[in-house]
Amino acid sequence: MRKTMTSMLAGIGLVLACGTSVYAQDKELTIFWAEWDPANYLQELVNLYEAETGVKVTVETTPWSDFQTKAFTEFNAKGSAYDMVVGDSQWIGAASEAGHYVDLTDFFNKNNLKEVMAPATVKYYAEYPSDSGKYWSIPAEGDAVGWSYRKDWFEDPKEKEAFKAKYGYDLDVPKDFKALRDIAEFFYRPDEKRYGVAIYTDNSYDALVMGVENAIFSFGGELGDYASYKVDGIINSEQNVKALEAYKELYSFTPPGWAKSFFIEDNQAITENLAAMSMNYFAFFPALINEASNPNAKVTGFFANPPGPNGDQFAALGGQGISVISYSNNKEEAMKFLEWFIKEDTQKKWAELGGYTASAKVLESPEFQNATPYNKAFYETMFKVKDFWATPEYAELLIQMNQRVYPYITGNQGTAKEVLDSLAADWNATFKKYNRVK
Amino acid sequence: MATAVMTTLDPNSRSAARGMSDLTIRNLFIIPTIVFLIVFNIFPLIYSLGYSFTDFRASSPAAANFVGLQNYRELLNDPFIWSNFAITAKYVIVSVVGQVIVGFGVALLLNRDIPLKGLLTTLLLLPMMLSMAVVGLFWKLLYDPSFGIINYTLGLGSFEWLSNPDMALYAVAITDIWMWSPFVMLLSLAGLSAVPKHLYEAAAIDRAGSFYTFFRITLPLVAPILMIAVIFRTMEAFKTFDLAYILTSQPTTEVISIRLYKMAFQEWQTGRSCALAYIVLIMILAITNIYVKYLNKVKER
Repeated sequence: MRKTMTSMLAGIGLVLACGTSVYAQDKELTIFWAEWDPANYLQELVNLYEAETGVKVTVETTPWSDFQTKAFTEFNAKGSAYDMVVGDSQWIGAASEAGHYVDLTDFFNKNNLKEVMAPATVKYYAEYPSDSGKYWSIPAEGDAVGWSYRKDWFEDPKEKEAFKAKYGYDLDVPKDFKALRDIAEFFYRPDEKRYGVAIYTDNSYDALVMGVENAIFSFGGELGDYASYKVDGIINSEQNVKALEAYKELYSFTPPGWAKSFFIEDNQAITENLAAMSMNYFAFFPALINEASNPNAKVTGFFANPPGPNGDQFAALGGQGISVISYSNNKEEAMKFLEWFIKEDTQKKWAELGGYTASAKVLESPEFQNATPYNKAFYETMFKVKDFWATPEYAELLIQMNQRVYPYITGNQGTAKEVLDSLAADWNATFKKYNRVK
Repeated sequence: MATAVMTTLDPNSRSAARGMSDLTIRNLFIIPTIVFLIVFNIFPLIYSLGYSFTDFRASSPAAANFVGLQNYRELLNDPFIWSNFAITAKYVIVSVVGQVIVGFGVALLLNRDIPLKGLLTTLLLLPMMLSMAVVGLFWKLLYDPSFGIINYTLGLGSFEWLSNPDMALYAVAITDIWMWSPFVMLLSLAGLSAVPKHLYEAAAIDRAGSFYTFFRITLPLVAPILMIAVIFRTMEAFKTFDLAYILTSQPTTEVISIRLYKMAFQEWQTGRSCALAYIVLIMILAITNIYVKYLNKVKER
């Protein structure tokens, strides 16, 4: 009996020894990201890195709905499961102040990334606090909200004629929010199971807020002063009230049951012939030009978020930067990977694979702009984007905005002015709680 | 006597042959369980009580500051939290009452000699064997206003079950009733089959009507076991999370556990969420106590 035990232990020891020695030889890096197409493109990209250097890089993913929770649970436990994370733009304050991200300021300056990457991506994905010159991420996946539409519905002569008769101008890609509203109303035909527009309404994370931001920013409004944390008179400004009313009106032209919709539902609105126009992140547009996933691929067009009544044109920013996690055991190796990642060739390859590069040079190149029907709209949008608060307490601000805005948009509760006044009070109280304002 | 059992050992037993006393065996069985309970239940419970008096955030390296009763005070003054409690109460009442009516009703139907009774009972038990997340996902499809089978069968057109703020909570409760009525049915069946047959025979001889028989014989005798089902279902419904979270994101379905989850794992307000968890715990304990008192009363009758 004892002999058997000894030989078993020896066997286990041998296996462990072999295992660790193999492990020590092979360097491995793990990047954590959400589960979506760009993560698959990134996996393809990093396979090239493995071919070049022998360092295996794995992109590990989790669904969007629990991406934030899972990432921060791992950070808070100081876990070393992931070496890098492609974290959401609004996490940067929370993650940098808590020491979860490695300070990349030196790396950023050494490689002159402020010039190499598109300005908006540096401002929102990399720098925190605002205008501090401190950088925590390398812009990786640029993204913003844009629109897709049914070209065949828009170009139908009968529809064009009827539209002109009703509204007095030609049916075309909306020139402003007013036209967006008119077209949505025009195509809203519940009897034919056709609806005007698909917008974001899901309030479990940032979908609804991003949708509303599109209206607010284009109406010339702001969420607050990000430097002084002043919100009174800004979030509840006259423009914002009008913008919120406009978004609520768009909701009345959506397909039935549109109260918990995000990127999947909004793409379905186009693929299932439900809506004439649909709001979505550019990152989800590759699926719409693919005939395998969209039977209407040939008749799907794209446009940038239209200007508001005063001509301001902005869009809500999505997208992420890649950061090195402070608790990783392979920080040096991760930095080497980032050096490879920022090379122009790598960024070109990244764009070819379907990733949205933030590299200014690649974005400006005609090859990129002509590669897909929506790349030009993407390029234009990336220079007029704005984002949500990036302070460490952004999650509380987000939930407060959802709590106030959602019942108004989907449930007819209160007026836009009341909703935004209450939101200003909520945000003020939160900023007071964290000593951002006196 | 009890000590005698614990300390004496049958000299012929296997344990005696190994040289273990009954006391050792008892300890071997009980100590791991107690250690497990202390480490994974009691310790976190007490630790989180401590946190509930601080402004601790698990996402921040900053040390926790003692804030006294501030978390409790602010939570109990927050109208959103009260609306979460009101939603939870409404959900518990609708869902548990529904389950008792449906579950007990089906049990009454099954409590007679019918062909394939065993198979029928087993099939009826299937919903409660499914995972909550799976049930949530496929009921979401069933409720869909464009292609859902519920609207199609009932001829409701494009009625919005989950997007309609007034209807969404009932939709979640209906799903919960579908899933958990079998549990009430199972316990009721056990209760019904334990009612002595001679009581019914006596009632029949006295020409008692079926309503009289039901309210004077069946219900009082099944009541204790039905109460146990109600206690279990109330506690579960009070804690419900998965179904409501998956089916809809209406503010009118934000039951207290969803708010707690958001506070703890999206906002990372660890101290405050511990306080909220304690408020919920105290409420569940209070409700369960009322039930248990009532159950004892019913048993005494």
